[in-house]
Amino acid sequence: MAIVMDADRMARSITRIAHEIVERNRGAENLALIGVRARGVPIAARLAADIKAIANVDVPTGALDITLYRDDLMLHAVGPQPVIRRTEIGFSIDDRLILLVDDVLYTGRTTRAALDAIIDFGRPRAIQLVVLIDRGHRELPIKADYVGRNIPTSRQQSVQVRLQEIDGRDEVEVEG
Amino acid sequence: MTTVATSLRTRHLLGIEDLTAPEIDLVLQTASAMKEVGTRPIKKVPTLRGRTIINLFFEPSTRTRMSFELAEKRLSADTLGMTTSGSSVVKGETLADTARTIEAMSPDMIVIRHASSGAPHQLARISRASIINAGDGMHEHPTQGLLDAFTMLERKGRLAGLKVAIVGDLLHSRVFRSNALLLTKMGAEVRACGPATLMPFGMARLGIHTTSSIDEAVAGADVVMMLRVQHERMQGLFLPSMREYFNLFGLTVARLKHAAPDVIVMHPGPMNRGVEIDSEVADGPWSVILDQVANGVAVRMAVLYLLAGGEGGEP
Amino acid sequence: MRFLLKSVHLVDPAAGRNGTFDLLVENSRIARIGRDLPAGDAAVVDLPSSFVVTPGLIDIHVHLREPGQEHKETVATGTASAVAGGFTAVACMPNTDPINDNVAVTELIVKRAAEAALARVYPIGAVSLGSKGAQLTEIGDLCKAGCVAITDDGRPVQTALLMRRALEYASMFKIPVIDHCEDPSLKGDGVMHEGPAASMLGLRGIPGVAESVMVERDISMAELTGGHFHVAHMSARQSLRAVRDGKQRGVHVTAEVAPHHFLLTDEAIVERGGYDTNFKMNPPLRSSDDRDAMLDGLRDGSIDVIATDHAPHHADEKALEFDRAPFGIVGLETCVSLCFDRLVHAGHISIVRLIELLAANPARVMNLPGGTLTEGGPADITILAPDAPVTVRASAFKSKGRNTPFDGWTLKGAVAATIVGGRAVYVNEGVLGRKTLTNP
Repeated sequence: MAIVMDADRMARSITRIAHEIVERNRGAENLALIGVRARGVPIAARLAADIKAIANVDVPTGALDITLYRDDLMLHAVGPQPVIRRTEIGFSIDDRLILLVDDVLYTGRTTRAALDAIIDFGRPRAIQLVVLIDRGHRELPIKADYVGRNIPTSRQQSVQVRLQEIDGRDEVEVEG
Repeated sequence: MTTVATSLRTRHLLGIEDLTAPEIDLVLQTASAMKEVGTRPIKKVPTLRGRTIINLFFEPSTRTRMSFELAEKRLSADTLGMTTSGSSVVKGETLADTARTIEAMSPDMIVIRHASSGAPHQLARISRASIINAGDGMHEHPTQGLLDAFTMLERKGRLAGLKVAIVGDLLHSRVFRSNALLLTKMGAEVRACGPATLMPFGMARLGIHTTSSIDEAVAGADVVMMLRVQHERMQGLFLPSMREYFNLFGLTVARLKHAAPDVIVMHPGPMNRGVEIDSEVADGPWSVILDQVANGVAVRMAVLYLLAGGEGGEP
Repeated sequence: MRFLLKSVHLVDPAAGRNGTFDLLVENSRIARIGRDLPAGDAAVVDLPSSFVVTPGLIDIHVHLREPGQEHKETVATGTASAVAGGFTAVACMPNTDPINDNVAVTELIVKRAAEAALARVYPIGAVSLGSKGAQLTEIGDLCKAGCVAITDDGRPVQTALLMRRALEYASMFKIPVIDHCEDPSLKGDGVMHEGPAASMLGLRGIPGVAESVMVERDISMAELTGGHFHVAHMSARQSLRAVRDGKQRGVHVTAEVAPHHFLLTDEAIVERGGYDTNFKMNPPLRSSDDRDAMLDGLRDGSIDVIATDHAPHHADEKALEFDRAPFGIVGLETCVSLCFDRLVHAGHISIVRLIELLAANPARVMNLPGGTLTEGGPADITILAPDAPVTVRASAFKSKGRNTPFDGWTLKGAVAATIVGGRAVYVNEGVLGRKTLTNP
């Protein structure tokens, strides 16, 4: 078990990503942040705050629950149905550049489900993927556009992201 | 404050009597998420893709059937409807044989509405599919109870402590039974009101107050639910006339004034305007009758989703 | 053929016997009852000391379904079921197809019973033609052909006037009028007892007063005419109250109860996952107050007879929705074990009282031969094993009907053997060794 990112490092990574977003997209116009529940949501909120501080733009922010789009729902391995939370996207995504935000990128299946969900909401101009941690072991051709930190792991290990808003503290821990 | 369950124990939804309060909370919470799907431009999620759901309706019903079909389609399931008039049931096939014929097509879920209480239970003994009761005889109509509760929760923010008056032919009403069971499980206060000839047994043991005075039932009520009264009740010597029924039990604006100031009026539909409910009330600001219909799709999506899990529970 | 039942515990309430006796059976009759009887060339039968020997048990309310409904049961299978249940005789109800309202049907039943050569069968004729309540049957002829009583069972005797006339007419032949007491308007299309259980299940109810209202009517008619009225399958406490009052006033009224009515209540239908048609019969299972009243009646003598109302149905018919399935459960093969376990061993009644209810009184009520053992009388004998363990297995019933609510019940008390006219027509080999009782 090891803490691979502390609160300080996390804040700096998120701020750095905010700068990268503004730089790569030549400003913050027509952007929107969508956090994947559960922990993608606070990260997206922090990014919105940082982008506001940098570029003085209010980037609309939404929350997406991808449970209904998962590809593993009906398999016995999952057991009883996972609980669904509300999706809240209170703005039109047509012609916007969507920044899809999640805490950990692993097999890529969550991202695929999120892409399917977003497409059902409208037709964005483009979608870029933001993750705090990329732990490797992709099973689909998915690549993150912005990464907080790359942490190579083995399949037996698990990566726990904890956030102040949900868990009471900011840290990333690798177990196993 | 009840905790929310994380899954349903049963494979079937045969009645509210089989659900615990935490499980009811789970259905209502899931329904909230499902309701949002109906606000999107593409009102569809792939969750039940490839699942086969058969709607077995032995009794005519437009709104419940449509509501279930819409719920199933929004979850991307393959749905098939069977209503009595177009099937071999008319030729005298028993429920058991119809069930076995359908079972041979390996459905994943069967939604059944039938005139005999207990028909879904019989189906559950024959079929390996998950069975959802869409109304059996005088017994239960669980998805109606759930969508009514969802509507109340949406408008009032809570179920515990709500004063709910349910008025009508309670004896023959499966909607009443499901609502009464659900509301008492969730801590609401139920007032059962109707003519003495149409009052069911066993209300005291459920903790439900009974009265044949609509004014007493409506006084201070947060929710007033009116049930349909059928013309056949006059033949069975239950009621002298619809006119007298309306005089004694009809919900008018004047009567509604004695309820709580933010009272909501509900009706499972279809309404007999001028028999159990005045048009002014049905179309007025207190009425959430159309909300009930919209919520029906979301609640049924929630039920289908929760029962469709890989493991489920014990049959 | 002679055999000697040696030093057996004989319980024969009608003869005032309850003790250790020897019984000598010669061909089809009882030659001698006494103590220390010489065996001579008779085969000596030694029974375990715990066993009890009684006059052949008689079930006066049985549906044999023949003619017309042989898919449910026949006289042959019904009498096989009867002897397996310890009964040497049954009285069978007339609601066959065609109804037993004429001599031809009565003679058919008698013939089939003789062919089967198992339990004795006493047919009961209909009160009215087709049991439609419009015209009396030729009761004199029916009695000559072998009917021992009249009833429109399946339906109530339609009107007070018909009941009056039936009682008056039947008294000429000294036979009882049996009524399935039920006011049709109060019964409506009810399918179970009216109460909280029916309410929760969403099933239409039949109140107890639907039965008692007609019991009271019929007692008044019996009082008026001096005839003998017998209450079929009593189930409601209000009925019992009326019967007690009637008896006290000197009215010639008798009553029977079936085991399910003193053992089960309407809650049983809720408990079993709901809607099990093996719990559906008419009159229905009632409240615990009604069940307790039936137990009281058995104890204090207000109830004269235990009769099963054995009503077999084909499995397909019972596999319908609860409100569409036919009423009725079988009872011949579970009665004795249920009575031993839940009445005698449970301490409600003595074994002497039980034999009164199952043998002496049925014979007395219907004026049948038997019900007691007499020297020179027919050797109709039931041998019982009060302590033998039994597990009810519907799939092993001799009856065609499997519709019982008692499947799987573990009970104490079994039938060891049934002897009709000196022949052992049934031997329970699990309880009594194969060789113990053999026919030549």
